[in-house]
Amino acid sequence: MDKSLTLEISGFSDGGAVRDHNEDCIGSAAEIGLVVLADGMGGHNAGEVASDMAVTGITASLRSRIADIDTDSVDEKTGFTQGTLLIHEAIQQVNREIFEAAQNRPQCQGMGTTLVTALFYGDRVTIASVGDSRLYRFRNGELEQLTSDHTLLQELVDRGFYSAEEARQSLNKNVITRALGTEESAQVDLQEEIILPHDVYLLCSDGLNDMVEDEKIVSTLRKFGGNLDKIGEELIRLANDAGGRDNISVILVRPQLSQSALRRWLNRIVSWFE
Amino acid sequence: MGKLVLSIQGKILGEFPLSKERMTIGRLADNDIQIDNLAVSGHHALVLTILDDSFLEDLDSTNGTFVNRKPIKKYALKHGDVIGVGKHELKFINEQAKKSTDFEQTIIIRPSAPGDSLQSKPKTKEDAAVAQAAEKAVAAAAPGGDAPASSASPSSNLPLARLQVLNGPNAGRELELTKALTTLGKPGVQVAAISRRQQGYYLVHVEGKDNQFPKVNGEAIGQQAHLLHDGDTVEIAGTKMGLFLLGA
Repeated sequence: MDKSLTLEISGFSDGGAVRDHNEDCIGSAAEIGLVVLADGMGGHNAGEVASDMAVTGITASLRSRIADIDTDSVDEKTGFTQGTLLIHEAIQQVNREIFEAAQNRPQCQGMGTTLVTALFYGDRVTIASVGDSRLYRFRNGELEQLTSDHTLLQELVDRGFYSAEEARQSLNKNVITRALGTEESAQVDLQEEIILPHDVYLLCSDGLNDMVEDEKIVSTLRKFGGNLDKIGEELIRLANDAGGRDNISVILVRPQLSQSALRRWLNRIVSWFE
Repeated sequence: MGKLVLSIQGKILGEFPLSKERMTIGRLADNDIQIDNLAVSGHHALVLTILDDSFLEDLDSTNGTFVNRKPIKKYALKHGDVIGVGKHELKFINEQAKKSTDFEQTIIIRPSAPGDSLQSKPKTKEDAAVAQAAEKAVAAAAPGGDAPASSASPSSNLPLARLQVLNGPNAGRELELTKALTTLGKPGVQVAAISRRQQGYYLVHVEGKDNQFPKVNGEAIGQQAHLLHDGDTVEIAGTKMGLFLLGA
């Protein structure tokens, strides 16, 4: 575990203005560099069960196992760090648990959940996602969406049926093509990114990005740059003011890199530039 | 459910309800909608129907597929559109579209549902063999030995990428981008990273003296991540490198 990295985290989850219960779930464990956000679905409150299982399960699994591995070292076969492989395993495990619960408990039938999670260690962050919950990075005043949505709409855009602009005003925004708990094995997007000083990471459920345009999110981040709590509160307020048709969850993370972590990544750069 | 009304020169020949997720139009008998005319290719076009929405895709036909007299490759059908295939026309009728779906409810489409059209399907036997081999390779490499290919790493969808140095004393040296994240450059001068994401390899600016950004094909990329293509020339800290996607 890397003690040289500290995280400032602020999370909010709000039922929104229309729904009578909140099926989103958020969690964090700053001491191991983890944040998790899940947006559950399925009738009879089962969505809440699924999202809670995802957040609780992944947090517990990482807590119990992260001390035993060297998160930073890179696995030869896959090119991923041990940290990434650990989080992938934790997700597969929790996927099986939700899938089995959905099969065995009648009241949980058909439940599932999206997931977006980030694990910060050393000089990097591993991002894992399933479904349409997003992770954005705010760096040097600009916002970039790092995850892809696993929605029908996005797949149709990727296949050339729509332009991104047409898609925005299109049908069936809420059809997702991947989720946790709906298959025996989950298809997880995994990526690793370098952390730079002053980065802010924003995880959110679609209750935010369906209601609030990226430009508004950017201006909020710029306005309250130093204060993560204020940014979170403001984003929830903007989504509710725009109609709040879904549950809204946000997690904001500002990693603080230590000098040793900064030096470490500089040393890793390949030598043929010298 | 939508339907297609087939006609030639105003004369109606038949009606085809879009009852399956994938329905093909073509000259041969194995099509769902067969049009036995030489102006029509063997497998001419495909209609995908997902919930209440239908999508038309030309299957590289010889004479092309048209919607309202404009040639299309891929097209999201709207009620009243007229599809042209050779001299035949198919009118798309779907009055239900957009009415019935509960906009707020999130729905999951199971990726493994039979006939799932959104998974890109191999077109030829060779492709299928390659795809299978790739799945096996990925399954073997997957953490924890998870057997199903769907649990494999995202790198499975991407061809392997290689950088070749084009100038300076190290010209000719190569680096395979086997890692999820590769950092390149000279600290204090310019540093960039290449990260492997779902859509491909992205070049990301990390640091640069006097706010200099790395260049792709001679143009500075700026602050946002830049998607790299096969044959691109990447310039970091004065070193030029060619990017090659293997098998691209």
